[in-house]
Amino acid sequence: MATAESGACVVARDVARGHISAEEVLTEHLRRIRAWEPKVKAFIRVMEGDALGAARAVDAKRGRGEKLGRLAGVPIAVKDNILVRGVETTCASRILQGHLASYDATVTQRLLAEDAVIIGKTNMDEFAMGSSTENSSCHATRNPWDTACVPGGSSGGSAAAVAAGLCALALGSDTGGSIRQPAAFCGVAGLKPSYGRVSRHGLVAYASSLDQVGPLARSVADAALALSVIAGSDPMDSTCAAQPVPDYLKELEAGVKGLRIGIPKEYFLPGLDPEVETAVRAAVEVLTGLGAEVRDISLPHTRYAVSSYYIVAPCEASSNLARFDGIRYGRHSPQARDLGEAYELARGEGFGPEVKRRIMLGTYALSSGYYEAYYATAQRARALIKADFAAAFQQVDLIATPTAPTAAFRLGEKTEDPVAMYLSDVFTIPSNMAGNASMSVPCGLTRSGLPIGLQLIADCFCENSLLRAAAAYECARPFPMLPEAPRA
Amino acid sequence: MPISADEVRKIAKLARLRLGEDEVALYQAQFSRILELMSELSRLEAAELPIPQAPAANVLRDDSPHPFPEPERLLALAPERAGPYYKVKKVLP
Repeated sequence: MATAESGACVVARDVARGHISAEEVLTEHLRRIRAWEPKVKAFIRVMEGDALGAARAVDAKRGRGEKLGRLAGVPIAVKDNILVRGVETTCASRILQGHLASYDATVTQRLLAEDAVIIGKTNMDEFAMGSSTENSSCHATRNPWDTACVPGGSSGGSAAAVAAGLCALALGSDTGGSIRQPAAFCGVAGLKPSYGRVSRHGLVAYASSLDQVGPLARSVADAALALSVIAGSDPMDSTCAAQPVPDYLKELEAGVKGLRIGIPKEYFLPGLDPEVETAVRAAVEVLTGLGAEVRDISLPHTRYAVSSYYIVAPCEASSNLARFDGIRYGRHSPQARDLGEAYELARGEGFGPEVKRRIMLGTYALSSGYYEAYYATAQRARALIKADFAAAFQQVDLIATPTAPTAAFRLGEKTEDPVAMYLSDVFTIPSNMAGNASMSVPCGLTRSGLPIGLQLIADCFCENSLLRAAAAYECARPFPMLPEAPRA
Repeated sequence: MPISADEVRKIAKLARLRLGEDEVALYQAQFSRILELMSELSRLEAAELPIPQAPAANVLRDDSPHPFPEPERLLALAPERAGPYYKVKKVLP
């Protein structure tokens, strides 16, 4: 019978069969939240009352003999940059404190239509800008594997909540690695769908050409189930592709045999932690043993990914975040004398340091006289990165790399040096720049007991290959789950 | 690439951000570091590369209005309002 250790697939099946009620499932998770949350602080808001109402509604639906959805009674945590109608959505920013979402994001609607139970809003780096969840105006989240360490970011709350079993599944968003890097740090599966696979309607925009919503889960099957639910075209997002959505769960059965996996030499350079390298190479060996064919490849323009990303993303952010003007919603300054001052005060007081840094970087790079040197050059670099992947996917079906160059670092270790923080996304950024699909799955622990992530990258709209390889690996090398309560 | 405090103030003004003097000093130092990271791109012989044109297809939909179901939900978010209108500070100082 389903417990808080079970994932989404088992919970949905058992709730649909009546082996356990949605309310019992929720109660189990709330019990774990009470044990873990004081130490981990994964949530900005636990929606206990709303979740109880939703769980009871699912149970009543079953009682009436109605068919239940694919996520029946599954407690899901949602990152705080995804709108849930009537619930405070702050993006962990002071500027949106008290902001009640006036509609549901498309992904939220799709979860609810499948009878999911939204259990809370998770902590994040403010406006998804960061790699450690320390840039939250609420509080820092801690890694449940070692609370002296960060959970990664920006979807650190979602990753920590899934890892500690505070929810069966979570949604995050990934602009430069914000699902995969925290998934790696917290020992869970995290999938960044291809650009255009999932609707962004109701996701608070950071960098619109890079952002994607995706699942974090304790098993590959759960991630596949969640993707099957949230993927697919949406009239409210014109960048969301009309590609049909396969049943990703069924695809898992195909296994890894016959898939060609490329190992790019540019991802195995000095600076990569030796323990991470050993674990990732061992994982590739496992995949080989399962019938994958491995070959060396090259992605020669990888070196330009971080620098071009930190131009493109801030440029888009400077434009997207111009909407926070303190007029229609959000923080405002009553003492302002005129409109210009009202903008400057609301934004100066409302945004945190990393958000201001990126807005200003973008403003600078787009300003007259600098546009060609920065933005236009970055777009050219982006095209080269994209072309690298296109060439590689002529030879291979998947690319395997480390998700991050190290395991989780300690709180405060990189907060003073933005560049050191930016470099923790060095292996995840290229997928966003190219728009392809990628995923992190846990592939072992360091000697100090911190999870390590294996990143798999597939061509656009080839999530099925990712999931097949990840599921085969997971089956061969199951990853442990954390206990019911933190060790004293 | 070093950047001056005045440049930081000018960028902040363009970005509509009021900064304290301590913030100006902090961003001045950090920007120089970050722009150094960007200089990696100067290795690209950029001018010789064309700016890529994405194989874009227009996504169009009918121009039919869908009224927001509960406009009061939106208006209620405004810090200052007058009836069904948003209240805005005077535009000219």
